[in-house]
Amino acid sequence: MRVTVDSEKCQGHNRCFALAPELFDVDDYGTAVVIGDGSVPAELEEKARLAVANCPEFAIGIEE
Amino acid sequence: MTDIYGPVTDWQDDFDHAVPEYNERAHEIWAEFQASGCPVAHSDRYGGLWAPFTHELVHEIAYDTDHFTSQGVVVNTGRPLIEAPVGPAPPITSDPPFHNIARRLLLPPFSPKVIAAWEPEVRRLCRDLLDRMGEITPGESVVDAAIQYAQSIPVNVIARMLGFPTEDEELFRGFVHDVLERINEPVEVRMEFMQRLDDYLTAQIEEHRENPRDDLTSYLLGVEIEGQKLSIEHVRGSIVLLLVAGIDTTWSAIGSSIWHLGTHPDDLRRLVDEPEVMLFALEEFLRAYAPVTMARLVKDDHDFHGCPMKANDWVLLPFPAANRDPAQFDRATEFIIDRQENRHGAFGLGIHRCLGSNLARLELKVAVEEFVARFPSFAVDGDVTWSVGQIRGPRRLPVRVDSVA
Repeated sequence: MRVTVDSEKCQGHNRCFALAPELFDVDDYGTAVVIGDGSVPAELEEKARLAVANCPEFAIGIEE
Repeated sequence: MTDIYGPVTDWQDDFDHAVPEYNERAHEIWAEFQASGCPVAHSDRYGGLWAPFTHELVHEIAYDTDHFTSQGVVVNTGRPLIEAPVGPAPPITSDPPFHNIARRLLLPPFSPKVIAAWEPEVRRLCRDLLDRMGEITPGESVVDAAIQYAQSIPVNVIARMLGFPTEDEELFRGFVHDVLERINEPVEVRMEFMQRLDDYLTAQIEEHRENPRDDLTSYLLGVEIEGQKLSIEHVRGSIVLLLVAGIDTTWSAIGSSIWHLGTHPDDLRRLVDEPEVMLFALEEFLRAYAPVTMARLVKDDHDFHGCPMKANDWVLLPFPAANRDPAQFDRATEFIIDRQENRHGAFGLGIHRCLGSNLARLELKVAVEEFVARFPSFAVDGDVTWSVGQIRGPRRLPVRVDSVA
């Protein structure tokens, strides 16, 4: 599993970083970025799904 | 007070969010509109006003910067004097493309990591306010969680961030009350109190020019757009934004969350027993009790799904109603303390996402944590009064303390 952030859609709500700081970081402007290549270890798959389910802008994607 | 409109006779065609009944019965009124075939209210008040109540319509307007301008964001009897794309309080009153330029100046001081550093200060402030409540007799003592607690937290934090005297706390609350709640007074009266706010800020800005220091006011005086320092109007407008948007909003969110816990003992017990549920509870407080309704002005005459909107009509963006729309949220009208899927729009949707959302979230989280840590058992006991206008929250919140930790 890999997570992605659509930087055009992200408005800096910061929900993904709050829920899954192992998978997402934020820059100086509060915009989300994926950590590394976005690969999700098995034990963090649940957190990745939470990040998707809580992004008000639908900016987070998951590629299985 | 000189309300030029009077009581509402019909919510569909004579709508007014500044009559006390609106915020008192908000959840009922929104549900009625959402269930009706006609979810858009209209009024001739304020020179023309529309209010859609479904998530779908609120979302559509929030993203539509072609037909709706942010030049005015607080419905009132007048119209903003500084034109788009800058507007009177950049960047909240700005439209693209200037909006992004003005917003990028202010994003770094409000980014999650910079704001996280304020946590110890906010926690200390909350504990100090709890200490100042004095001797508490469990089961008997009644404290006002709005007046003795919630209202003092954001005003102190934003005053410190701006580098303004915290002893002017009462004055700031007065300014914000004038701007946000006295919306139905004659234009001349509004001009007078806006002038008082401008005069106060001009003096603070002058003082910062003479004595620059590490705060947001000096920061705004130092930043540049394309090699040019900001105009005094831009600096003052951005400070108006930070002051007005940073006080009643968070005060309301803290108050409404304590109101919820003081009327729902099971949720209070869960939060006390399982403090880690706060990760989800925080967002559910924000969804179910979002305090902020924004507004736009219609740019040119526009047919919005059959609503004949005229240029310069106001349009409310009730994000709090959108957050409780059953078409968007499962069990929308229920408070589910550990709701797992929660794409709420408490901080707005689209390009104007609340600049201070990270600060607001920190203040709300710490304020609720400290309150329940000190008073693990309490109940609302007495008459609650609610604010009027676009920001919804309790202004009097008597709470009987049943145990002290």
